[in-house]
Amino acid sequence: MLPGSKNSPGKGDQERLAAKSENLRLRARLIHAIRCFFVDHGYLEIETPHLIPAPAPEVHIDAVKVGHVFLHTSPELCMKRLLSAGYPKIFQICKCFREGERGKKHLSEFTLLEWYRAGFDYMALMDECEEMVISVSRDLGFGQSIPYQQGHINLERPWERISVEEAFNRYGSMSMEKALKKGCFDEIMVEEIEPHLGISKPVFLYDYPASFAALAKLKEDAPDFAERFEIYMGGLELANAFSELTDAGEQKTRFETDRRERERLGKNVYPFPKRFIESLSDMPSSAGIALGVDRLAMIFADALNIDDVVSFVPEEL
Amino acid sequence: MYNASNLKKGLKILLENEPYVIIDFQFSKPGKGQALYRCKLRNMINGAIVDRTYRSVDTFEKADLRERKMQYLYNQDNEYCFMDVENYEQPMLSSEQVGDAKNYLIDGLEVDILLFGDMPIGITLPNFVNLTVAQADPWAKGDSVSGDSKPITLETGYVLRVPPFIEEGTKITVDTRTGEYVTRVKE
Repeated sequence: MLPGSKNSPGKGDQERLAAKSENLRLRARLIHAIRCFFVDHGYLEIETPHLIPAPAPEVHIDAVKVGHVFLHTSPELCMKRLLSAGYPKIFQICKCFREGERGKKHLSEFTLLEWYRAGFDYMALMDECEEMVISVSRDLGFGQSIPYQQGHINLERPWERISVEEAFNRYGSMSMEKALKKGCFDEIMVEEIEPHLGISKPVFLYDYPASFAALAKLKEDAPDFAERFEIYMGGLELANAFSELTDAGEQKTRFETDRRERERLGKNVYPFPKRFIESLSDMPSSAGIALGVDRLAMIFADALNIDDVVSFVPEEL
Repeated sequence: MYNASNLKKGLKILLENEPYVIIDFQFSKPGKGQALYRCKLRNMINGAIVDRTYRSVDTFEKADLRERKMQYLYNQDNEYCFMDVENYEQPMLSSEQVGDAKNYLIDGLEVDILLFGDMPIGITLPNFVNLTVAQADPWAKGDSVSGDSKPITLETGYVLRVPPFIEEGTKITVDTRTGEYVTRVKE
C-alpha cells in the first residue's frame, strides 16, 4: 500500500497525489498498451454515450440516475447494436458507473475495457485474453511474470481453466448444486473460492449455471450452463465474458424476469431497452468481454486497494 | 434503523438483542452477483468476536447506547461502584468490564460510563489523570545502571517507570491511553 493512501488528516493533498505518481504513470502506460494491442489487432475503437435512457435490467447492478436518464453501468447494449450493424471487431475504454459499489476493490465510478468480436465464442476469446494481457505486460516491462503480494503471477500460456462446478468442489465447503439450492452461491464464491483463484497463474473460471447467465448464450449440449467465463488474477475478479446471446426472444424473457426481480427487491425498474432487443436478431454470433482496467492496474502496481491506482476517490473530492 | 449500505467500521448495531461494534468491514461483490457486506463484529458486553456477511436487503437496529458522566466511588468484591453525577444512580461494573482502567480509579474520578439500556457495559477515562506516588526508591545520584527511569508504585497499585527525580508522595500526570508518565504535577 502506498504511503498516504489512508485518509490521514496530517497529510496534504499534494503529498498524497505525489506519492501516487509511480502508479498513475503505470496506469497511463497500461491504458496506452491496451489501446495499441487492439489497434494492432484490427479492432476499431469506438465511443458510446455515457448517458442512456434504458440500462440493462440486471438484478444486482444498479445504475446512477441523472435527471430522466442513467449513467451507463457498462457500454454493452450500445456496443452490441454496433455489432449488429456490421462492426465485427470493436473495443472501448470508458468510465462506467454503478450505484453503491465502494470497497477495497470497488469504485462507483470505474474504468472498463470492453471488446467484442464477431465469429468468436468464449473459448476463442480466452486465447485472445491471454494474448492481450501478455502483450500489455511485455509493453510495461514485466514480461511473463508479475510480482504480486509476495508471490509471482506467471502469465505463460495456457492459463488455468477451471469450471465453476470444479471450483466449488475444489475450494468450496459445498457443491455448486447445493449452494444454488441454498441460495448462497455468491457467498461461497466470494469467501471460499475467489481467494484461491489466479494466485500463481491467471485463471479462467468458466461455465456458470444458467441462472447466472446474464447476457450469455446457454451451452447447446448442456443447457443448465451458460457460455460465460471470468478471469481471476491474484484473487481479483478481472473480467467477465460471454458467448453472446443473440436470441432476441430469449433475451427479452430474461430481461423481463430480471425486471420483475428488481421490482420485487424494491429496486429502481428502468425503461425497457427496446432498441437493443430489436437489434439482436441482426447480431452475428460473437463473444464479448468487460475487463476492469483499475483492477488490472492493481495487479501491475502490486496494490491491494483500488484507491492506490486512481488519482482521486470519492471521499477525497 | 440502518440498512446494509450504512455498515462501516465503528458502527454500533444490535444483533440478537446485544450491542456489537463493527471492527472490520469489507464490501465484496462478484461482478454479476449481489453485494455482500462482510463484517467482523465485537460484542460490546462480553468482547466475543463474530464474523457475519450481510446482503443489501438486510436491515439493522441501532444499539441503545448512551454515555453518562459518573464519579468513581469504591470497589468491593471485584465490583466497581460509580455514581451518576446527575441522578445519583449507582451502577456497578465488574473487574473484567473495568479492565486496565482500574489502574487509574481514585476516589471521585470523573469518567464516562457506557450504558446499554440501563446496563453499564464500559468505561471511558479522561486522557490524563493525576495520581500520587505511593512507593518510590530514593534517587541515587550517579547511579548509571538504572538509566533515565525507575519503577514506582502509584496509589492505585499501578507500577510504571518515571524519571529518577520523582519521589514518594509526589503527584504525577499519567496518560491513560498509553499508561505512561507525562509530567510532575506542580502544586
